[in-house]
Amino acid sequence: MTGAWLNRILHAVLWISVVFFSHPLLAKNLYGDSSLNLPVGVTHMSREVYSLHMIIFWICVVIAVVVFGVMFWSLVRYRKSKGARAAHFHENTWVELLWTAIPLIILVLMAIPATATLQKIYDTSEAEMDVMITGHQWRWHYEYLGQDVSFFSNLSTPPEQISGAEQKGENYLLEVDQPLVLPVDTKVRLLLTSNDVIHSWWVPQLAVKKDAIPGFVNENWTKIDEPGIYRGQCTELCGRLHGFMPITVKAVSKEEYQLWLSEQKQQAAEKAAGNEREWTLADLMTQGESVYNTYCAACHMVNGQGIPPAFPALAGSLVASTAEGRATHIERVLYGKSGTAMAAFGSTLSAADIAAVITYERNAFGNNTGDIIQPAEIKKQLKPTE
Amino acid sequence: MTSNSYSSATEHAHEPQLRGLKRWLLTTNHKEIGTLYLIFSLTMFFIGGTMALVIRAELFQPGLQLVQPEFFNQMTTMHGLIMVFGAVMPAFVGLANWMVPLQIGAPDMALPRLNNFSFWLLPLAFSLLLSSLFMEGGGPNFGWTFYAPLSTTYAPPSTNFFILSIHLAGISSILGAINIIATILNMRTPAMKLMDMPLFVWTWLITAFLLLAVMPVLAGVVTMMLLDINFGTSFFNAAGGGDPVLFQHLFWFFGHPEVYIMILPAFGIASMIVPAFARKRLFGYRSMVYATASIAILSFVVWAHHMFTVGLPLAAQLFFMYATMLIAVPTGVKVFNWVATLFHGSISFEVPMLFTLAFIVQFTIGGLSGVMLAIVPADYQYHDTYFVVAHFHYVLVPGAVFAIIAGVYYWLPKWTGYYPDETLGRWHFWLSVIGVNLTFFPMHFSGLAGMPRRIPDYALQFADFNLLSSLGGFLFGLSQLLLVWVVVRCVRGGKPAPDNPWEGAEGLEWTVPSPAPLHTFSTPPEFIPERDSPSRA
Repeated sequence: MTGAWLNRILHAVLWISVVFFSHPLLAKNLYGDSSLNLPVGVTHMSREVYSLHMIIFWICVVIAVVVFGVMFWSLVRYRKSKGARAAHFHENTWVELLWTAIPLIILVLMAIPATATLQKIYDTSEAEMDVMITGHQWRWHYEYLGQDVSFFSNLSTPPEQISGAEQKGENYLLEVDQPLVLPVDTKVRLLLTSNDVIHSWWVPQLAVKKDAIPGFVNENWTKIDEPGIYRGQCTELCGRLHGFMPITVKAVSKEEYQLWLSEQKQQAAEKAAGNEREWTLADLMTQGESVYNTYCAACHMVNGQGIPPAFPALAGSLVASTAEGRATHIERVLYGKSGTAMAAFGSTLSAADIAAVITYERNAFGNNTGDIIQPAEIKKQLKPTE
Repeated sequence: MTSNSYSSATEHAHEPQLRGLKRWLLTTNHKEIGTLYLIFSLTMFFIGGTMALVIRAELFQPGLQLVQPEFFNQMTTMHGLIMVFGAVMPAFVGLANWMVPLQIGAPDMALPRLNNFSFWLLPLAFSLLLSSLFMEGGGPNFGWTFYAPLSTTYAPPSTNFFILSIHLAGISSILGAINIIATILNMRTPAMKLMDMPLFVWTWLITAFLLLAVMPVLAGVVTMMLLDINFGTSFFNAAGGGDPVLFQHLFWFFGHPEVYIMILPAFGIASMIVPAFARKRLFGYRSMVYATASIAILSFVVWAHHMFTVGLPLAAQLFFMYATMLIAVPTGVKVFNWVATLFHGSISFEVPMLFTLAFIVQFTIGGLSGVMLAIVPADYQYHDTYFVVAHFHYVLVPGAVFAIIAGVYYWLPKWTGYYPDETLGRWHFWLSVIGVNLTFFPMHFSGLAGMPRRIPDYALQFADFNLLSSLGGFLFGLSQLLLVWVVVRCVRGGKPAPDNPWEGAEGLEWTVPSPAPLHTFSTPPEFIPERDSPSRA
């Protein structure tokens, strides 16, 4: 009686799963599209991690089916309401040894491929190029070591989309102003550190996740097989805008990468020229506003009011709006303020950008000091070691 | 909770019975203090739960709608702190206060005044913690794991109050643990050997040792934070030669055993309830005790599995991976033993049993995802995503919290003298099971699809799963109001319960009247170990 009943249930479950898992849309979702499962990814390592994930997943599913199967069968079979009477056994050395030994064997079987894969992940040797990745609150900085190319990568989703005033775009919160460009078929060593708190750099399609820790340089590597755009996010809580510092990797062919690299060098040269010339107040204000909105507005707010006490206001502040504060103002932007969230920008922004943003801060939000700070003054202030 | 049941018992009192507020402030009675702990825990459960609902409401759809990121971070932080230190731990201490003396035939806890003190530290600690939300700059916003330097150099000014409240809660836990150890080791009725003790007592004894071992480490780490913030030291400040990773090592050396502090007593409760409603002796009593002890010992050598992405050397990664996987063995033994107890039993499905069965299934799901997380290369993809959120909520909410609720339903007749309402209890159970799984199961998928934890806004592909989780969260949260309703009704009246309200329940707690008078076991009771019990021969 119970047997037939169980049979029917088992059949139903079987049919539902066949229909569910074989439906083309769902199958695509389940195995390809990565909206239900880990992405397979675009590197040899990511595929290896994916298959490891699937192996342990199915082992866990089988264990669950067996354990829950016995449990639910017992619950149905030994109901008191159906007249079940309790047996008196309460231990069995052999059974207990067996169900200690079998899981142990399964675990060893899981550990072997996991160890092999991990060893490969740790082998950062023979890299063909190095990229230094530095976490900042709340943006990533990429430096192509030995190439004199470096830049910040900022969230490019407009605030109107976040507040809901505008329709959200396809890559909402996963898009940046300048992606990390990497050549395909090249072993790239990633060196990670942080400028402030701990961040973590994760791109699921590359199966790379590593913490960026102040005072440490962590290593990882990737070798991308297919050109494309791969998106990820910071995965270590790093303060207010932790959810708003995405990662975008653009993988291109080796030729395209060389082209991109020379363009970047040319732009860097143009930027350097900007450090040498005299700027007008209007130019400084225009450039300063864009720098301010990208690098300063997250804490000090677009209107300069800040979020006291953690992030003080610039509008009407001693430092930003008085003649006595001028020297301190430059000092703070260049070297930061220790013991607070104020970062040092002296080594990451160009002299022209720093001059522009200080000029902007001293003339915006009602801080009408009329001060003009030229790149030359910033360069003089920067210590020789910077 | 049991106020109307005491009048008949006052003749046993050693001193005149105090009334009103003073009675609760000054009480040294284990039952009254147990009740205080449970009420406190339930209050914190609702405060922490409300914060969870703020989080779920914000995550209902993409975009920032209700709260700003800074407040969102305070909510995730406070939700975690309150649920761990304010809800789950005090609930287990409350159950221990009530049941350990009753289960071992002791008249009270070994150190009654200390017991009072360790309880009253808690309301103080948590008022302080909650008050920091209203301070300038807001409350703690760095996650319940408060990683430095986000929690030191970059923390809001209220962090000093956070540190003090952690200290107070920690002292409370240490004192409570000392009391439980002293009670269990010294005050058992003479015939009860260690290997005769009910498993709830055993698991609590081991838990108390874990508490003693790791709470001082937590105290140490928050003191180092205090020094870094206020006295210019650089324990965790790289610019001063310190080491932010040291913080994580210290925190998780406390944090991992802490995880077992929140689950071992739940194992104990399940090991009481399964035999009672299967009407069959617990399978493998000895292996249950050994498994619990093994889990406790292993918990000291697995902490770095929370830190697989910080850049430990390969050898360390492998060690912590193997050690972590090893924990699956004793944990599996526990689950197999419960299933073997059910096998060939005579099973009925009263509400405590329903919650316990759900605990076993759901805890096992959390345990299996734990095995997946132990595999380092795969963990690189899971770490700090919603997959982890799903994992630890499965072991904590459908796990530990379900076991606590099961224990409450199981022992309520002893506390109040009445059965809890069976129909309401079933409604509470089914709504909770549906709600909790609707909340946390989809999180596995959002995590695998790439959603990091602790973010107030997310990319569009995570929208469907978050919508489900939010709906489930509200269903689960609101259905807990039914628990309050059931408890309140049960205190007021209902079907009177005999001394032993459950047909198959065993143990000394069922030999005293229901409701249990204020003072029980003034003289050590007769004790027949379960193995010699005629009903379980």
